[in-house]
Amino acid sequence: MSIAWNAFTPASALIGGAIIGAAAALFAVLNGRIAGVSGILGGLARPQAGDLSWRIAFVAGLVAAPLVWAFLAALPEIRVDSSYPALVAAGLLVGIGTRYGGGCTSGHGVCGVSRLSPRSIAATFAFIAAGFATVFVARHLIAP
Amino acid sequence: MMYTTASFAAGFVFGLGLLVAGMANPAKVLAFLDLAGAWDPSLALVMAGAIAVGAGAFAFVKDRTRTLLGAPVLLPSPRRIDTRLILGSLVFGVGWGLAGICPGPALVLAGTGSAKGLAFLAAMIAGNGVFEFLEKKKRVAPGPAPMRSS
Repeated sequence: MSIAWNAFTPASALIGGAIIGAAAALFAVLNGRIAGVSGILGGLARPQAGDLSWRIAFVAGLVAAPLVWAFLAALPEIRVDSSYPALVAAGLLVGIGTRYGGGCTSGHGVCGVSRLSPRSIAATFAFIAAGFATVFVARHLIAP
Repeated sequence: MMYTTASFAAGFVFGLGLLVAGMANPAKVLAFLDLAGAWDPSLALVMAGAIAVGAGAFAFVKDRTRTLLGAPVLLPSPRRIDTRLILGSLVFGVGWGLAGICPGPALVLAGTGSAKGLAFLAAMIAGNGVFEFLEKKKRVAPGPAPMRSS
């Protein structure tokens, strides 16, 4: 392992993380819910009266963030190197896996770990380990 | 109305945080997951920053039944760690490692108008559909005959 010090951005990572934490805090304190994006999105597939508008609003907020940002300033660097077939396969796996696992990076990784939920801590270890393994196979075994 | 507005605000602030943190940049996420390559540890600090701020709020709502808006507190109650949780999370991790995109950043990427981001989001929603289909099938599938006491 070698650390890419030139790519390491500790300040923006910590500040961005704190903003994400503030969003989760706001949602918990005002709405009384877990800011878990996969679950909020997934609930839209089972529409129930009175349960739709807050979900749509949260999703709209996420989509609006880059729109407002781009209106005021240049967006930070965003690079998607994966091919379309890889993106489609990845999207399917993320869509299915997060629903069976009951959460993703936000619901388990941020909110669940913040609550010290054993389930979320286990889930977070599992998806980060699988992420490490997948990148290792893809970058160092298949296409070194 | 307040409830929906607060929800939008939370999503919006969440999206800004993802952009600031670099989580909405798949190349940076993959650099974090590439332990054997030129490793970028930044995302560990994103998690640390988020948890440091989030933990206080969750401790605050934990023993309350109503939020500051008067809405019910609906946090998950403790449940077992089961294979469904672990297998699902492993499948999610493989997908995350393939593209460097998880659900929150997928929506932010879509908001930037990225065609690749939209392709990922469409596939992710299709994956959701697969889950819903399989779950519905399971619910409808005939189970073992109910036990009858005579």
